[in-house]
Amino acid sequence: MIVRLIAGVPGRGLALLGALLAALTAAPLFASDYLLTVLILILYFAYIGQAWNIMMGFAGQLSLGHTLYVGLGAYTAAALFVHFGIGPWIGLAAAVPAAALIGAFIGFLAFRFRVAGVYFAILTIAFAEFARLGFDHLSWTGGSGGLFLPVSQFTHNDLWRLRGHPVMFYYILLAATALAFLICRALLQSRVGYFWRAIREDEEVARSTGIDTFHYKMIAVVISAAMTSFAGVMYAFYYNNLFPEQVFHILRSIEIILGPIVGGVGTLFGPILGAFVLTGLAETLTAALAALGIDLPGAKQVFYGICLLLVVTALPEGIWPWLSRRIGLAEKSQ
Amino acid sequence: MAGLVPAIRVLRIEKTRDQAVPADIYLNVAVGGVLTGLVYGLMALGLSVIFGVVRVVNFAHGEMMTLAMYIAITLFTAFHLDPLVMLVPIASVMFVFGYVVQVRLINPFITRPDYMQFLLLVAVGIIIVNGLLIAFGPDVKSVQVSYAFDSFQVGPLIIDATKLYAAIAAIVVSAALFAFFRYTRHGTAIRACADNYTGALVVGLDVKQFYALTFGLGAACVGAAGVMLLLIVDVTPALGPAYTLLAFVIVITGGLGSMPGALLGGVLIGLTEAMAGLLFTPSAKSMFAFAILVLVLLLRPEGIMGKRAG
Amino acid sequence: MPRTKQTYQTRRRFNTGFASTLLAAGIAPFNAGRAQGAALKVGVLLPRSGYQAGIGQDCQRGVDIATGVLKDLGLPSLQFINADTESNVDVARSRAEQLIGEGAQLLVGAFDSGQSSAIAQVAEQKGIPFVINIAAAPPITEQGYKFVFRNFPTAPMILRDAFIDQKEIFAAVGAAPKSVVFLAENDTFGVAMQKAIPGVLPKFDMPYTILDTISYDPTARDLSVEVSRAKATGAEALLVVSRLNDAILLTRELIKQRWTPVMILSMGPGWYEDQYLKTLGKFSDGPLSFAPWYDPNKKLSKALDAALAKVHPGVNVNTNHVYTFEALLIAADAYKRAGSSNPQALADAIRATNITDNSSIGPGIQFDAKGQNDKILGGGIQNRNGKLITVAPGAASNGKPEWPLMPYNKRA
Repeated sequence: MIVRLIAGVPGRGLALLGALLAALTAAPLFASDYLLTVLILILYFAYIGQAWNIMMGFAGQLSLGHTLYVGLGAYTAAALFVHFGIGPWIGLAAAVPAAALIGAFIGFLAFRFRVAGVYFAILTIAFAEFARLGFDHLSWTGGSGGLFLPVSQFTHNDLWRLRGHPVMFYYILLAATALAFLICRALLQSRVGYFWRAIREDEEVARSTGIDTFHYKMIAVVISAAMTSFAGVMYAFYYNNLFPEQVFHILRSIEIILGPIVGGVGTLFGPILGAFVLTGLAETLTAALAALGIDLPGAKQVFYGICLLLVVTALPEGIWPWLSRRIGLAEKSQ
Repeated sequence: MAGLVPAIRVLRIEKTRDQAVPADIYLNVAVGGVLTGLVYGLMALGLSVIFGVVRVVNFAHGEMMTLAMYIAITLFTAFHLDPLVMLVPIASVMFVFGYVVQVRLINPFITRPDYMQFLLLVAVGIIIVNGLLIAFGPDVKSVQVSYAFDSFQVGPLIIDATKLYAAIAAIVVSAALFAFFRYTRHGTAIRACADNYTGALVVGLDVKQFYALTFGLGAACVGAAGVMLLLIVDVTPALGPAYTLLAFVIVITGGLGSMPGALLGGVLIGLTEAMAGLLFTPSAKSMFAFAILVLVLLLRPEGIMGKRAG
Repeated sequence: MPRTKQTYQTRRRFNTGFASTLLAAGIAPFNAGRAQGAALKVGVLLPRSGYQAGIGQDCQRGVDIATGVLKDLGLPSLQFINADTESNVDVARSRAEQLIGEGAQLLVGAFDSGQSSAIAQVAEQKGIPFVINIAAAPPITEQGYKFVFRNFPTAPMILRDAFIDQKEIFAAVGAAPKSVVFLAENDTFGVAMQKAIPGVLPKFDMPYTILDTISYDPTARDLSVEVSRAKATGAEALLVVSRLNDAILLTRELIKQRWTPVMILSMGPGWYEDQYLKTLGKFSDGPLSFAPWYDPNKKLSKALDAALAKVHPGVNVNTNHVYTFEALLIAADAYKRAGSSNPQALADAIRATNITDNSSIGPGIQFDAKGQNDKILGGGIQNRNGKLITVAPGAASNGKPEWPLMPYNKRA
């Protein structure tokens, strides 16, 4: 299986990937706590970005309400922990199916009624907003007052209940991101992946060649939702507090998709690169403005927006396709 | 009849308690909902025009409106002119803004995938919101017109004066826009580009030019709506995104590319939210708007008054 | 080792007088040159952009006036490192990490309960003291943290004091509403208050019953329906938990719908803020607000008032300024008593805090075992002619309450 996965990838590419993985694994030994926090954020967005990319980049379905699955995962696991003391790994067994089910529901409604393109995107927004308002009124999870997880200690790492030092989360997210990468690669190379790409290119034609587009689109949505909810569970146990206004807000959905779009939709490495670039950009801008002594709230966001504009105008396919061509790695992922 | 906060119910969207809500309250709320809805409709009209013709997902729609509102505030502070009087100049400024944005930024993106357009306009939105924050600060700003607190009483009905004036202005502007698209050459040409892009090219229309014109018009529309809205709400830099979402809900419900549809959608959403707020927990009233949106998307995606996509 | 309380107080009073004499003579005061030397690095985390920007920037004003006032009090100087949480939990957490990495020895912030909670975890984990200026959600001090301190009441405390002060005012004016309608925003603070009412209300035997509770969306731009419903209940008075924008909107609706309640009893921010007073002019007079507040009769309050007038003229001193300043006061005071910037020493010093010459209402600043100052008392404020009069509790008041609300249609 490993041979299949790496078939067709230039040796240099594998070496670079390996180097990156090694660097990331060793990072906590050298990084300051602040840098570690930033890396955790990067990996978090890299992971969700890849999950989102499955739906959009592979199967061509634009989801603008993806934070719905993050929130569902987070709230399910958190509520079980707060009310019944159920640990997060068991909570996953409830959280992931819950998100997958909702994803399937939305997918079913959308695809059955032939809602596509921008309309599909807006449908996803509607459901996310629905969840936000719904959870605002759900007193079992604290409503808009928030759900607070009991924080016990930082002295030792309790992997079972995810209580402890952030470095725990770092390695979990690193493993998740790496695993997601492999899963995406495997998916792309499989039959499912080929059908997805056909659907993405032209759904009508795909359907006319006999592909059951409904079936495969559903698979994409369900896998994407399920994967995303895992990140939600991590989110809940990392921050230890959840507010519907924060977790289900459309701004978070937008945050999620910025990475893959900037990095390169449909590519394997795009979402990961995008997460690094954007989070790195944000932190660099903050540091630069502070160093220049500019104390102007909002200035960082303006520069951030301008950078986004420039990238998106200059590199219509995202950074990775351009970068991979420059370093001679043109990935055969398209 | 007394009721404290209800004992723990799982989902706190309960019906109004067993007080007899007088009939005139329903009437007042309904009228208020319709009037506000008309202003929302005008805002959505701009989006309908842009989306319907240029096919660009303008996710900076609400932010553009906020920009117009701040221009109105600045002019009001400087010259003490009533916003409604400044409607035309501000709309013109927004027209130019929209035109330039379309030509310089958006044009190359028309053929690009939806998510790219989305990202572009999100970036524009971020720049506008935070630029306004830097320029004007986070504090809430408003215009204090002399009739800000007036209301008309017609029997049991109390009508908010500012809402009424805003709604009338919205109808006037919509009618003007409608007339433009129906009866002028440019308007007809724009509709042609929307209906059949290739056909329009074949006939020799300068489609790029008309796209720019349309975006400018859409921007002018949302600018006008913003000025009217300023009579009803106060503005902060972060006001925009919520209205972008609202505009999309209205446009899709009413029907893409249909101007009466946008107004109708606005009224429908305004009315629904008002009645939902009356009958259920007001904090959940937006859920009903989204529920309607979902139903429309599933069952009648072209909207109430839209034409089925060709 | 922390000095005994008595010595500390005599020293402080001595030093303040002595210090001002020396200052006048142009010589550095005795205690400032002693032991500490370097200024304490304090990281200030506030939402200065994003949707909470207005409040965050208002809190910043409390920081702006701190240096001068602290110096006048003879306290060691603080070096502020400002950070913007951008009203976002992710950013709050990484900013906290960054500040600590840059050498912040103490953190202050962050107005929002969610962001404060995230920062608290970082602070606790790193063993850096974190003094919360404003955040009302109870769970934050229920986690058993040893490095997190909150000099702000929890929602149940705010509610309890609101009822106490209301009864005091009813007694003073000889009138009370028999029925109220409760309008509450549906956000962290509003929900915390709504949840606390069933537990707190029965203990107080209030003269009114709550006819209906109307919970509204805090981002709503149109509150006409909510006000219509409130009016329809026939209640005499309006009990409300809202913020600034809603307060303005609600007042406008009350005027337009021609309903003047006998009184507006607000148990939160908004109705006493500068923007409210400025935007509504004469329509802003009358509402009673029950919120954490400063004691206008205390010396420090007057000092803050004077300092704010110099730096930000025309801005009334409010909760944001006072509590943000007090957080810094706690920091400076602990630094002085600890004699070092060692975080454990600072935390221990903070826990032993006993500042009676503070600004907020109550016996002073002390912390219980959970790091909560449970002695804070809420105040009753009334808007009068564009100014704020503290009308309750009696000991902290500087004016008498006026009752009832003057009808809106009679305000020429």
